[in-house]
Amino acid sequence: MAVGQNVYRKDGHEKLTGAARYVDDAALDRMLVGKTIRSHIARGRIKAITFDPAYDWSRVIRADYRDIPGKNYVALIENDQPLLAESEVRHCEEPILLIAAESKLLVEEAARHIHISYEELSPLLTIEESLACAEIIYGTDNIIKRFLIGRGDIDEGFEQADRIIEGEYRVPHQEQLYIEPQGMIAIPRGEAMTVMGSMQCPYYVHKAIKQLFNLSDEQAIVIQTTTGGGFGGKEDYPSVIAAHAALLAYKARRPVKLIYDRAEDIAATPKRHPGIIRHRTGVRRDGRMVASEIDIVFDGGAYVTLTPVVLSRGAIHSLGPYRCDNVRIHARAVATNTPPNGAFRGFGAPQVAFAYEMHMEKIAAEMGIDPLELRRINMLREGDITATGQQLKWSVGAEEVLSEAVERSAYREKRRSISEANRAVQAAGAEDNKRRGIGLSFFLHGAGFTGSGESKMKARAGVEINAEGRPRILSGSTEIGQGTRTIFCQIVADELGASFADVDMEEPDTSRVPDSGPTVASRTCMIVGRVVQLAAREVKEKLKRFVAERYAAPEVELIEGNFVAGGKRLAALSEMAREYIAQFGELRAYAEYASPPDIEWDEENYSGDAYPVYSWGAEVAEVEVDMDTYEVRVHKITVAQDIGRAIHPILAEGQIEGGTLQAVGYGLLEELVWDRGRIINNRLTNYIIPTSLDTPEMETIIVEKQYPHGPFGAKGVGELPMNGAAPAIAAAVLHATGAFINEIPVTPERLQSALEDS
Amino acid sequence: MIIQFYVNGAKRQVDAPPMKRLLDLLREDLRLTGTKEGCGEGECGACSVIVDGEVINSCLVPACQIEGTEMITVEGLAKDGRLDPLQQAFLECGGAQCGICTPGMLIAARALLDTCARPTRDQIKEAIAGNLCRCTGYVKIIDAIEQAARAA
Repeated sequence: MAVGQNVYRKDGHEKLTGAARYVDDAALDRMLVGKTIRSHIARGRIKAITFDPAYDWSRVIRADYRDIPGKNYVALIENDQPLLAESEVRHCEEPILLIAAESKLLVEEAARHIHISYEELSPLLTIEESLACAEIIYGTDNIIKRFLIGRGDIDEGFEQADRIIEGEYRVPHQEQLYIEPQGMIAIPRGEAMTVMGSMQCPYYVHKAIKQLFNLSDEQAIVIQTTTGGGFGGKEDYPSVIAAHAALLAYKARRPVKLIYDRAEDIAATPKRHPGIIRHRTGVRRDGRMVASEIDIVFDGGAYVTLTPVVLSRGAIHSLGPYRCDNVRIHARAVATNTPPNGAFRGFGAPQVAFAYEMHMEKIAAEMGIDPLELRRINMLREGDITATGQQLKWSVGAEEVLSEAVERSAYREKRRSISEANRAVQAAGAEDNKRRGIGLSFFLHGAGFTGSGESKMKARAGVEINAEGRPRILSGSTEIGQGTRTIFCQIVADELGASFADVDMEEPDTSRVPDSGPTVASRTCMIVGRVVQLAAREVKEKLKRFVAERYAAPEVELIEGNFVAGGKRLAALSEMAREYIAQFGELRAYAEYASPPDIEWDEENYSGDAYPVYSWGAEVAEVEVDMDTYEVRVHKITVAQDIGRAIHPILAEGQIEGGTLQAVGYGLLEELVWDRGRIINNRLTNYIIPTSLDTPEMETIIVEKQYPHGPFGAKGVGELPMNGAAPAIAAAVLHATGAFINEIPVTPERLQSALEDS
Repeated sequence: MIIQFYVNGAKRQVDAPPMKRLLDLLREDLRLTGTKEGCGEGECGACSVIVDGEVINSCLVPACQIEGTEMITVEGLAKDGRLDPLQQAFLECGGAQCGICTPGMLIAARALLDTCARPTRDQIKEAIAGNLCRCTGYVKIIDAIEQAARAA
């Protein structure tokens, strides 16, 4: 068996020896270097573009929107984002022109000889400004998207309540900060265009390129190169970069490489949506929530891009892992004149998780109920019904993860002893100005697309076996570090009874692999992994039928690479594969995703089974706060996650640890600083992500409540860990200092002001 | 200018502008693309190489300063097809995910183990503090370096 084993990752050797080829490592003959010329203002009309007449432009390829053969839109949910601005600009860093030349030096020099003048208009830069509607920049009210989720009778619920508790929570932008900056290479070949580069979703890029250049499915070829991290940041924006490179290549009739430096990458590409989330909760004396009214506003930025789906996930997750019969959730996304916000691991859920968990802390404090006890009172259990009216049918690990995190961290004992120690220090007026604290968070994450997304998408994948008997996986799902290539090979090896070493995955190239949907939404293992398993099963059945006929055996089994009938070995898999291929040309099967039975979603009313299943997490953070400097240090995090089944325990732990540290950054360190719609700390010297010295001791516990419709019981793992750390840390800071944090990151300045308020 | 130096034990000679970044010289002139660029200003450590025993950020060093030096890049860690114990430990412990920080991490770790055979976890954290990783949370990287030190 390969599943459940810590086999070496398939891409390990090449990544450890420096042999792996990332987009910037490619050197092609006659390749030019491209550059994007962007808006310096947040909102306005382009008055004039001047190319310095004294400059020698013969060495420079120039392109603007008029050079686009097809429609000037980047295909995504709505056709509203132009590839290149025409007459108006709606955010800083909006692409206006493209240039290419022989070298980076030359292209940078040419860029300094282009001048753009604008008629500036008054921009909307924050959620509050957009809601106030002093200017209208989208539709009639600046609202990009709105959702209403309702269940039960909210008024009745509030009437039953003994107390009504309100809170407002604010969450910031966050930069994905994959260490490999974005980049693409476009290669024109006759009528066709090949683009290769760093991306999560080859078929998104494919769709965008086809529309912009009027190409057929076959004429647009998209190839993913080894990708140095994505975290959502390489979900939609690679389409823009690919199309920019392609437009230059189309004009130059030469390959063009377009690689962002860090400053451009941070300034121009999508971020996690900032938001303001308000909770109004009716609670009974015993701690039961009887009414929950939640208002969510996300800042979508200047174009729609992925905002409606981020908002949808945020709204659905906004009640958290809790039960409440009377619910009203109102979610809106507003337009602002800032770069479009987009996908980032968690996709709306980390934002609302900070809010619902801090609100639980607030309820606990106001009701005088222990925060852990309050969570236990309200937690969802198997058979319970969620905010969208979904009955939880299977694989509910809520109880288990909470118990594991609490027991393994000795949460109760530590909470008691730390409280006593802090009181003693305070009473003694001691010199020691350090306070310790311990806090917990409890959360869930729906895996796969929301609602009917997966049944509409119908992800496809294939498996073929070559004449040597080696299986090869055909899927558009990408390896971006999370381990797709390895876990798919494990799944197929076990399904076929083949050796893991013999299985590999085809390079993600749209001319060779089917559309498995994007590599997002914690769906790669659970959804596409399942399709890959079914494709392997189908290819096995094909071969079994062939063998049964050939040996006139009624019942044939494939056991450890050998066909067996009635306890007798007939032939090896490789032998039969060779014969099959000799006779039929190829041995290959495809499968398509079908939703599990009894999954129903009402798109109109936003009710029903929002996700086929949820993954569950609980986390305990232990912190130390310096009361002189207000610095917070996280000493230890204990995190338990129910992910159904760990196909590869080390890779799964790697997802949990990495996601947890990104969430530590979200909660504690990472803050973008804006000036008139422009990010001014767009560098690694001043946008601070956690280093090895910021890493707490981590204890990771994997809980396996198997999901009957996942491959070998697996559910999603990628995004869940992003939801837990920020509220757990803020709860620990509350325990340590008494300061109630309603806005992250918990910087020393913010903690100081929270302490002054408390 | 003509610059002579040793890379991974081999003598090399390049004709390059004196202020060309060592990173570009390695990647473009020598096609040693294992050394990566993550920020271009010495913050992320993806471009780390060992020069005369010291870890440096090759994006901050001009070509003219490397005359006569001995350099080790990620391509020089495995010897005769055998992985360095650090590479082996990264493979076993899950120290590499997306892989873009990995060459720099390995270089920083190699320099540490060359001077300190049995580092503590805190010493390991200190040694890789200049190398950013966004995938792993550093836990498995630290585990791998500890394991390689034990194995040596």
